[in-house]
Amino acid sequence: MTDIFQLDGANIPFEPGQTVMQAALTAGHYIPHLCYHPEFKPHGSCKVCTVKVNGRTAASCTMPAEAGLNVESNIEEMNGLRRTLVQMLFAEGNHFCPSCEKSGNCMLQALGYDLEVHTAGFRHLYPDRPLDASHKDILLDFNRCILCELCVRASAEVDGKDVFALSGRGITKHLIVNAESGLLKDTNIALTDKAMQVCPVGVILPKRVGFSIPIGKRRYDQRPVSAQALDDAPRQADASGSCDVCEGTP
Amino acid sequence: MNAPVKPKLRIATTSLAGCFGCHMSFLDIDERLLTLLDLIEFDRSPLTDIKHCGSCDIGIIEGGICNAENVHVLREFRKNCKTLIAIGACAVTGGLPAQRNHLDLGSCLTEVYLTEPGLAHGHIPNDPELPLPLDKVHPLHEVVKIDYFIPGCPPSGDAIWKFLTDLIAGKTPELGHGLIKYD
Ligand code: SF4
Ligand code: SF4
Ligand code: FES
Repeated sequence: MTDIFQLDGANIPFEPGQTVMQAALTAGHYIPHLCYHPEFKPHGSCKVCTVKVNGRTAASCTMPAEAGLNVESNIEEMNGLRRTLVQMLFAEGNHFCPSCEKSGNCMLQALGYDLEVHTAGFRHLYPDRPLDASHKDILLDFNRCILCELCVRASAEVDGKDVFALSGRGITKHLIVNAESGLLKDTNIALTDKAMQVCPVGVILPKRVGFSIPIGKRRYDQRPVSAQALDDAPRQADASGSCDVCEGTP
Repeated sequence: MNAPVKPKLRIATTSLAGCFGCHMSFLDIDERLLTLLDLIEFDRSPLTDIKHCGSCDIGIIEGGICNAENVHVLREFRKNCKTLIAIGACAVTGGLPAQRNHLDLGSCLTEVYLTEPGLAHGHIPNDPELPLPLDKVHPLHEVVKIDYFIPGCPPSGDAIWKFLTDLIAGKTPELGHGLIKYD
C-alpha cells in the first residue's frame, strides 16, 4: 500500500520523513506559510500553516506525514485563523507598503491579498525601530521583520557566518546583528550570501536597486502566492547554493 | 402601473489626513460614475461642497486621524452613516502621515518651523482656527467602528468600482487578485 493522506479531500502521497507541508507542496497543493522555506529545517513559529489534522490543529510544516491522516486546510475556520495571524503581524510592525522596496515581491503582503485581509483590525503598535544603514551595500529595515528566523538559519547553516540572531522574548523579541557594535558594517556579510536571499519581507535589502521592477511586473502582481505553490515545492539547492525561488535575486 | 422607484442610496465622502488621491481614484471609475449616479446621490462630499453630513446610507472616508477636527468629522460621519467605509492606506493603516508616530510631535514642529534652515525665524503656527494636531496619527478603526476597508495607496478605480457595486448589490465586497493592493 502506498502511503497516502487526505488533504481537503485529495490523496497526497508521501515519503517517510516528509512533513505534511512538504508532501502537499511536492504534490502541487498549496498550504499558506511564511516561516517555512523548502531548503531549511522547519522553524514552526508563524503558525500560518496551521491545518486541522484529524480534527485537531497542528502546524503542517512541522507535522510528520502519516498514512491515513485527514488534513483540512482550505476551510474557513483555518483561513480565519490565518487572517488573524497576518493581521497581528501587520499591526505589530511598521508595514508601510507604499514605500517598501519589497512591495509586490513580499510574501506577507501576498498572503494578505490571498486571504482578503483588508485591514490589520487591531490597534497598530507603531514600534520605534531605527534602521541600520551602516553597511555600504546592504540596508536593514527592522520595521518589517516578522521574526521568521530564515536569515538566522541561512547565515548559520549555509553561509557559516552567524550574522543574525533573535533576541528577547514575547513582544520584545527582535532581530539583532552579531557584532560588538551591533552594526551590520562590522560583520562579514556579503551581497552573495544566502542570508541576503531568504527574507520573505523587506528587511534585508541590497542598496541602490529598490523599485527596479515596475508595478505590474513584480512576482505577486503576476499570480497570487497560492498559484505559485509548485515553484516553491521542496527541492535541493543547486551546487552554488542559490535558490531561484527566493524573491528578486536569482 | 409603474414599479415604485427605488430610492437612491445617499453617500457622503470626505478626506481627513489624506492627500485626496483616493478621491481622484474614485473619479477614475470614469463613465461608470454615470451608472453609479443612477443608484446613488451625494450628500457631504468634495464633489458637492455640502458642509455637514446628513443622514446617509454609506459614508466613505479617506485619510487617517491626525488632528482634533478629524475626530469631529469622523464622529459626524459615524453618527449619520449606516455603513462606514475606510478607503486607502491612510484611513486603513494611518499611512504616510503615521510615519511621524515614532517621533515626538514637539520636535517635529520645532524642526519644521524653527530650526530647519529655510524656515529659521519662523514660528509654529498658532492661529486659533487651526485644529490642534494629535500626538499620534491613527487609522479610523481606532477611533470609531468601521464596517468596511478598501486598502491601497490609492485603491484603483476598478477596485473601488468592484467594492461599491458588490456592496450596493448586497454582497460582501471582495476584491480578489489584481484589485487588492496595499501599495
Ligand atoms: S515587508 Fe511586505 S508587508 Fe511589510 S511593508 Fe514591505 S511590502 Fe508591505
Ligand atoms: S529579517 Fe527577514 S528573514 Fe530575518 S527574521 Fe526578520 S523577517 Fe525573517
Ligand atoms: S510556516 Fe509553519 S509555522 Fe510558519
